[in-house]
This record gives sequence, C-alpha cells and structure tokens, in this order.
Amino acid sequence: MFVTAAYAQSTTTEGEAHDPAAAGEVHTETGVAHEGEHGTGVFPPFDSTHFASQLLWLAITFGLFYLLMSKVIIPRIGGILETRHDRIAQDLDEASRLKGEADAAIASYEQELASARAKGHSIADTAREAAKAKATADRTAVEADLTKKITAAEARIAEIKSKALADVGAIAEETATAVVKQLIGGTVTKAEIAAAVKASAGN
Amino acid sequence: MSNDPTHQFLVNKIVPIEIGGIDFSFTNASLFMVATVGVAAGFLYLTTSQRGLIPTRLQSVSEMSYEFIASMLREGAGNHGMKFFPMVFSLFMFILTANLLGMFPYFFTVTSQIIVTFALAVFVIGTVILYGFYKHGLGFLKLFVPHGVPGVLLPLVVAIEIISFLSRPISLSVRLFANMLAGHITLKVFAGFVTSLSALGALGIGGAILPLIMTVAITGLEFLVCFLQAYVFAVLTCMYLNDAVHPGSH
Repeated sequence: MFVTAAYAQSTTTEGEAHDPAAAGEVHTETGVAHEGEHGTGVFPPFDSTHFASQLLWLAITFGLFYLLMSKVIIPRIGGILETRHDRIAQDLDEASRLKGEADAAIASYEQELASARAKGHSIADTAREAAKAKATADRTAVEADLTKKITAAEARIAEIKSKALADVGAIAEETATAVVKQLIGGTVTKAEIAAAVKASAGN
Repeated sequence: MSNDPTHQFLVNKIVPIEIGGIDFSFTNASLFMVATVGVAAGFLYLTTSQRGLIPTRLQSVSEMSYEFIASMLREGAGNHGMKFFPMVFSLFMFILTANLLGMFPYFFTVTSQIIVTFALAVFVIGTVILYGFYKHGLGFLKLFVPHGVPGVLLPLVVAIEIISFLSRPISLSVRLFANMLAGHITLKVFAGFVTSLSALGALGIGGAILPLIMTVAITGLEFLVCFLQAYVFAVLTCMYLNDAVHPGSH
C-alpha cells in the first residue's frame, strides 16, 4: 500500500551503487522480476495465473468461515440476544407481578382498615347502648327506690301528722279545761269540752 | 519500479502446490484470506465467549454487527429470507475484515482481486438462482415478467430484465473490486508523491505537505469505503435474495 519504505530502500541502493546496471538490477528484483515470474505484463489483479489458486483458497477459507459462523458464532450471539430478551421480558413480568401483589396488599390493607373501622364503630355503639341501658336501668331503680322512700316518708308524715293532730285534741281539751277552770272557776264536764274542741277543730 | 502502484496487488507464491497440473499454491492472497477468517472469527468468538447478559464494549460490537445484518436482511428479504442469515453475515464480515486488513501498510487486500469478488458474487447469484428454482420451480421465471406492462412492450421489458439479472454478478463484483483497487492505487500514488517531492530538497519537502494531507484524508475516506462496500455488498445480496424468496413481487 504505502510505498515509502520500499521506495526509500530502493533509492538508497541506487545511491550507493552509482551504477546504472546495478540500479537496473534493483528494479528487476523489485518489480520486473515478478512480471517475469508470471510470464505476463498484465495488470496484476487481472493476472489469470493465480486464479485457480485464489478460487481454491477462497473456497477453503470462506467455506470454513461460513461453517464457523453458522455453527458457532451465529447460534452463540443469537443465544445471547435471546437470553437477554427473555430475561428482560421475565423481569418485566416479575415487576408487573410484584406490582399486582403490592396493589392487592394495598387493597386488602384498606379493606381490613375499613372493616376494623366498622368493627370499632360497632363496638363503640354497643358499648354506648349498653352504658345507656345500664344508666336507664339504674336511674329507674333509683327512681323506684326514691318513690318508695318518698311514699314511706309521706305515710310516716301522715301518721305523725294524724298522731300529732290527735295529740292536739287532747292538749286542747286539757288546756280548755284549765282555761275554763281559771276563767269561770267552775268545772266543766269532760264531755262538754271534748265536744267544743271537736267543734272548733271541725272549723 | 517499487513505487509502481499496482505492485501491491501482485500475488506471490509462498508454498507452491500443484495438483493435476493446476497451480494451487498457497500465496500471499491465500495467507490474507486465512488471516481474514482468523481475525473475523477470532474477534466474534472471543468477544462473545463471556456470553454476558450485560455486554462488554467488544461484545456489543459483535452483537451490533449481528443485529445490523439481521435487520438488513429482514427488511430486504422478509422473514422468509432469514434462512440466508448465516450467508449474508459471513459475506459481510468476510468482506469487511478483508477490506480493513487491507488498510494496513504492506498487507495484501484480498478484495482487490477481481476473481475473489467475482467468486463471491457468483456465490450470491448462484444461491439466488438455485434457491429460486428449488422453491418456486419455473415460477421463478416470473422474476423477469413485471406486472402491469402492456403486451407490446413485454418482450422488450423481459429482455431488459434478463440482461439486468445477468449483469448483477458483474456489477456486484466489479463494484467491490474497483473501489478497493482504486482506493489503494490513489493512496499509493499520493504517498508516492510525498516521497518523490521530498527527494527534491527543501522546496520539495514544502510541496510534499499537500500530497501528505491528501494521503491522510484519503486514508480516512478509504476506511469509510471499506465499510461502505461491505455494506453495499450485503444490502445488494439481501435484495437479490428477496428475488429468490419472492419472485414476481416487484
């Protein structure tokens, strides 16, 4: 491809030789010798001398290359790509599965939360109801008790009152007797006084 | 002359072999075919030996070439064409590696030999013809009869189609061969200018800068051409294989 080194070498040789014949020899060695070898002066790529050899070696090397590619390399790279593709798909599936699980967990959590809340409400309601019922019952009992006590007290008061009134009659009779005695100096019968007291009491 | 730009294309015998009077010598061309296969297969084998789920840089180069060719073939010849994937992949990798190896100074460029590119083109067209007839029988000949052509023009169109089909192996092989050959000759000519001019003294060395810049620029261009020609060869192979898989679809 690059001529530099070969050309430089050739010119150096020529420079050292200082001889046209020697220079000619150098040229023969480098270039013309090959043409002599092929026996033709044709453009090298069109030189048919080596066509058979080129074809044979191309068939051998390219055939080998084709076999290597189709038996080893292509299955291997294809396998790598497929594995990666499968892995990505699998990972995506796994991710979506996990997302589904997370969603389900959230849903069940919310459901449990809701049921717990409902249960809490119902417990609170029950407790409230129970407390209310108990309070009502207690109050009723207390009221009944109080009513009974009041009734008893009223009965007692009435009894005391009647007793007191009865005593008042007796006291009034005595007092009246004493008063009459003092005022009139006479005696009054007990029956008269009792009738008088009774008459004033009746007023 | 040693700065003869065609010197680099000379084939030299390394191990003379002769079978039945025909010369099958192991030449420098054979050596570089072996090197091409060794480098390409070795690269693909070693870079994928880890089978990493997360690819290394070199492994992703191998995977990218795989997917590059796979998508090219799928677009060019459809899913039925995927059975030719090993063939297209081998052709692409072989030509690309041979082209790139040829970019090394003093290396022989395998693809600059018309017989090599022609053999590869004949391999492609031969596959197209054999598979076309094997799969579709005489229906493969529908390839030469496009739809919707008026009856009067049909013989002319069919003749043109046949000529265009027959010229395919030639255009396919000459395109690759001529690109590699011309590129290497151009490089050598410009590089030759550098040495010739710098031999002329101070002024010459100053003048040699221009061809030197050209040489560097053309080297860059040649790397592009190396890839591009391998790509073009593979794309055209896909298109031709499409004819074998779906004849009469165009």
